[in-house]
Amino acid sequence: MNSLPNSFRSGPDERGHFGMFGGRFVAETLMPLVLDLEKAYADARVDPAFQRDMARYRKDYIGRPSPLYFAERLTEHLRAIAAASGRAGGAKIYLKREELNHTGSHKVNNVLGQILVARRMGKKRIIAETGAGQHGVATATLCARFGLDCVVYMGAVDVARQEPNVIRMEMLGAKVVPVQSGTRTLKDALNEALRDWVTNVHDTFYCIGTVAGPHPYPMMVRDFQAIIGDETRQQMQEAEGRLPDSLIACIGGGSNAMGLFHPFLDESSVEIFGVEAAGHGLDKLHAASLTGGRPGVLHGNRTYLLMDDDGQIQDAHSISAGLDYPGIGPEHSWLHETGRVTYLSATDEEALAAFQLLTRLEGIIPALESAHAIARVIELAPERPKDHLMVVNLSGRGDKDVPQVGDILKGRKT
Amino acid sequence: MTTRIDTRFAELRKQERSAFVTFLMAGDPDPVTSLAIIKALPKAGADIIEIGMPFTDPMADGPVIQAAGRRALNAGMTLTKTLRMIRDFRKDDDSTPIVLMGYYNPIYIYGVETFLDDAKAAGIDGLIVVDLPPEEDSELCIPAMKAGLNFIRLATPTTDDKRLPAVLANTSGFVYYVSITGITGSAAANSAAVGEAVGRIKRHTSLPVCVGFGIRTPDAARGIAERSDGAVVGSALVDVLSGSLDADGKATAETVNMVADLAASLAEGVRSAKGGVKTSG
Repeated sequence: MNSLPNSFRSGPDERGHFGMFGGRFVAETLMPLVLDLEKAYADARVDPAFQRDMARYRKDYIGRPSPLYFAERLTEHLRAIAAASGRAGGAKIYLKREELNHTGSHKVNNVLGQILVARRMGKKRIIAETGAGQHGVATATLCARFGLDCVVYMGAVDVARQEPNVIRMEMLGAKVVPVQSGTRTLKDALNEALRDWVTNVHDTFYCIGTVAGPHPYPMMVRDFQAIIGDETRQQMQEAEGRLPDSLIACIGGGSNAMGLFHPFLDESSVEIFGVEAAGHGLDKLHAASLTGGRPGVLHGNRTYLLMDDDGQIQDAHSISAGLDYPGIGPEHSWLHETGRVTYLSATDEEALAAFQLLTRLEGIIPALESAHAIARVIELAPERPKDHLMVVNLSGRGDKDVPQVGDILKGRKT
Repeated sequence: MTTRIDTRFAELRKQERSAFVTFLMAGDPDPVTSLAIIKALPKAGADIIEIGMPFTDPMADGPVIQAAGRRALNAGMTLTKTLRMIRDFRKDDDSTPIVLMGYYNPIYIYGVETFLDDAKAAGIDGLIVVDLPPEEDSELCIPAMKAGLNFIRLATPTTDDKRLPAVLANTSGFVYYVSITGITGSAAANSAAVGEAVGRIKRHTSLPVCVGFGIRTPDAARGIAERSDGAVVGSALVDVLSGSLDADGKATAETVNMVADLAASLAEGVRSAKGGVKTSG
């Protein structure tokens, strides 16, 4: 058996490695910038003034803490399903309401931190990539708030399927650049953002939206998102007087999941589940990098990737633009290999069904991304006892998906 | 260990001139045409040939090289086929240095040790891997040096004097100065600024310094050659190749000649430069 680390929370090492994953695989032009950022972030995280600013904006601008909500009707529904098949169980389900944050998702937690770091570094121009548009909207929002120039790269396919977010970004004063290269989705938006960064090194800060990219991004983004898990821990203590028994979150790059999971990694009693997008199915086009990929190097880090035998990156597919990425954050790859986190997947169809179920039972329209996590809750909760406390990260709201899901459902009726 | 690259620069020093370095993508627009072009380059005056290894996600490349990579991949090019192509080239030419340039993932998936064995056997002399900075030297750079291949590092305008020693530490063959911050095929660099940067790098190394990015014409090539040990031209050659294709993107009877003709005029520009290789030792 592989020797397990004493702590799952001590990574990465000073070179940005989580086990064999992570690192700094970037062009020389960018390397000095990456080192500058590492230093600026190291200074900021121990600066009480930075922490004070973070706390203030989290509370008054984002609206934190986000509630930990007992989803009573979803819980009852799944208990009834358990009972119908002769099981006595049905976990008690809590939703971590990240969709109530300003801008509608967990993305803003990270953007706030990065923009405050960018200001410390004196950067005036912010670039970002976006898939579903949630990270783009969060970035455009904070750039408006702090008077910074903002350019958002978005795959042309995603521009079409997430139009409400494109309009929001433009209203906020951001320039949205539709990316026509490659598969015209999130990975190509990332390539194009890197091309911008390598060209505009002098004044530009790259605000990466997930726990991926060259060190220190995976660590820094995780730290900014860990507020999700920190609050959950405290809120569950207040609600139930103890730790949760399981955590579950959807994963594209994996920032909402990393944020929920990280504070609990060393609590061995807590089961942790990540849910990747299985698209049309794992034997067809999908975006499940851990389940269907293997370790490779892309976008500044070593991690699990979908690729062919020649090392060429393959097209991912998910109904949800935010999960439509052929890679995953390096810390997830490490947590997968060490076995600390169990990675599952949900198909487009399962996510659509879960989207509708949560909407009807709880009056909460989830983002299609978050619906992937709900889809696995539907299976996992009935198998667990009634005193099992399960926390689902409701990472974003589904307003942006209403036109797309509406079209799909209308198409089925006719 | 003396490589073909070392030998070539020693010859150029005797001739008192700078190197003309060409870049084209392996398998662009198809493997057969690509081999024919590469075979024509030494005659056209190329002193060193860089061959791109196609990759789906070329993060440091502009639209021209991106399109070249896509054409090659669509034509079925793989790293295995790229190595085979160089082996075929070596049947007729055992002196022109060949440098493979690209991104790490295809090499990583091929397997570093196997790749180095096969590259050496195919007659490859050096490697340029864009996304392997000195911080990741243990991945490929050190094993490549041990295998007798030159690992050519990119230095850029953001590589300051403090960082240069780290960048140059495990570099061999030559140093590739990227004359602009940006992607391939971008606007040309100011040749005076290039001369200054080359001088700065030379204070830290005795290796030849070649300059690339943004060189498109014989005049520009001459300007760079006068201020460095070599001018690298890529996007301009790929542009001409692309323009020679038919409506379906297939090679025509003109493709090889058009690329070779541009290479010849660029070589002329480099050879007309005053100065030449200034490196000692």
